[in-house]
Amino acid sequence: MNPQIAGNPPVATPYFFYGLAAIMIIGGILVITRKNAVHSALALITTLLAQAALYLMLYAPFVAGVQIILYAGGIMVLFLFVIMLISIERAEKERQFNKQWLVGIAAAAALGGLFITVYTATTKGRVLFPEGRTSYVDMQNTQGIANLLFDQHGGTYMFAFEIASLLLLVAIIGAVVMAKKRI
Amino acid sequence: MHALVQYIESYLSSDKTPGTAGNWFWATVYVLLVFVGLSIAVIAMNWLERKILAHMQVRLGPMRVGPHGLLQPIADALKLLLKEDIIPDGADKVVFWIAPFIVVLAAFTVFVVVPFGPTHAITDMNIGILFMLGVSSLSVLGIVTAGWASNSHYPLIGALRSSAQMVSYEVAMGLAVVSAILMTSLNESSTGTLSMIGIVEAQKAQGEWFLFKFFPLGIIAFAIFAIAMVAETNRAPFDLPEAESELTAGFHTEYSGFRWSLFFLAEYSAMIAVSSIAVTLWLGGWLRPFPNLLHGTTWDLAFSFIPGIAFLLLGAMCFYNTARMPKHPLFKIQTIGLAGFGAVLALIGLVMFLPPVRERVGDIFWFSAKVAGFMYLYIWYRGTFPRYRFDQLMKVGWKVLLPTGLALLICTALWAMRSEVWTQVVVPVGMGFADFVRRLL
Repeated sequence: MNPQIAGNPPVATPYFFYGLAAIMIIGGILVITRKNAVHSALALITTLLAQAALYLMLYAPFVAGVQIILYAGGIMVLFLFVIMLISIERAEKERQFNKQWLVGIAAAAALGGLFITVYTATTKGRVLFPEGRTSYVDMQNTQGIANLLFDQHGGTYMFAFEIASLLLLVAIIGAVVMAKKRI
Repeated sequence: MHALVQYIESYLSSDKTPGTAGNWFWATVYVLLVFVGLSIAVIAMNWLERKILAHMQVRLGPMRVGPHGLLQPIADALKLLLKEDIIPDGADKVVFWIAPFIVVLAAFTVFVVVPFGPTHAITDMNIGILFMLGVSSLSVLGIVTAGWASNSHYPLIGALRSSAQMVSYEVAMGLAVVSAILMTSLNESSTGTLSMIGIVEAQKAQGEWFLFKFFPLGIIAFAIFAIAMVAETNRAPFDLPEAESELTAGFHTEYSGFRWSLFFLAEYSAMIAVSSIAVTLWLGGWLRPFPNLLHGTTWDLAFSFIPGIAFLLLGAMCFYNTARMPKHPLFKIQTIGLAGFGAVLALIGLVMFLPPVRERVGDIFWFSAKVAGFMYLYIWYRGTFPRYRFDQLMKVGWKVLLPTGLALLICTALWAMRSEVWTQVVVPVGMGFADFVRRLL
């Protein structure tokens, strides 16, 4: 138990949250409104980094680190790698061919409605950022995840984890099969 | 006022880093100190690289600006700041403008967790090493966007090479790091740590740098990391993204002036950052050398004098060269300047003999000295090895380093659990096999 963290409540938490949330929303809107794919990718990276910061605020540094390494550092680099090879001039003149904004708005409204319902139902009579809440000890996040995965008694997620990695392997093999004419 | 002094003093006796202690004042001071120290280190590296490379090639190197060209980096910095800042026609202005800042931010942010000493780090994170690897891997985004935004062929090729290279070598690097982290879990509670300070303290508790642990496994892991880190920082012999004989200057061909100097700054601070990872993981971080062979309070005292002696030697070197300066009146100012520089170094050396200073700077000195060793290696590589071809680079990354890293990880894990492996796997299987053979006969 780290007494410093239990003693000092985190500073300016709501401001950080609202700031990060604003960055994420603006970034998300830019991702879908920019016609230039590289700009969209950069906006997406900003969103992912702000999300990593949100994980840090939730005392989940390991998840934040993995988010930075995998999404911002790994997947987005490959995205950019591919996007850079597209001729941007032609892509900008191209007419948008998937006109599904009606369905999109309906789905977004449904998801937003769900969030608001859950939020109002769970926070009834409570404040959003309570002062004296129990805080997790951030020194144990990585160890906690390791226990969830590998512990002999409490490790229940190992199977699901391995199955997910198998799925990725299948995707890689599929990509190789589709890309190569002769194997 | 009194409260403020007390606030400041309260940290000096603390055994935590300012970030962990939640001390805002000291955290700010540390951030500034690290920033200034890094900038000075980059300036020094600029001069050292040119001098050392020149001496390796039997040249003199910079000699004109200041004694032995000591002021050359400052002259260069002034030139870069005054240079015209060109943005190519048809470049993507916003991205072109942002790219150098992404690289610099990624290179500087990692120093938040670099442990210069048990309390001399800005903060200690639960995910320290993960944070360093993750944030330093973001610099490739800056390089890729820089190459793309220039709207030019050479930068684009450089950026493509860079992203392929950095993503490939990150894999091998990660495997080497994991095998070092495995070694941190060899204690009673068998819980490892990712925290940079925790990793060094694990080496202290086990009384052995991870370089020598499980010989030769530790050294192999270190070698993999040492190769991968050169590729990660785009330095010779893996400097294909900026191969000047093929791509002019690679991804920063179109950059000039201040923005180019940001790339320069980021490259050198990234080199220092990966070297500090290597020092922390395998070379015992801030711990002094020979902890087992030369132990005891006498040796501790003797080793605590070394920082002061090192600075005194540097000062003596300055004085020696002052005496060797040409006696022509034109060199009068330079001679006086060099003597003054030597006097300042000697004074720092003398201050480092004071007991309270001695106790606090020893760890910073050893950490910096080890990192400086790596910096020299970088220059040495550049002066020695010819550049790889791109297919050779990929071959080394994927076909040599990655399989070696995987085998190494498995071997480290097996060796760390050798008693369990022996009693639970080897012995039962052997017994079963013996039983089977007996029944056959």
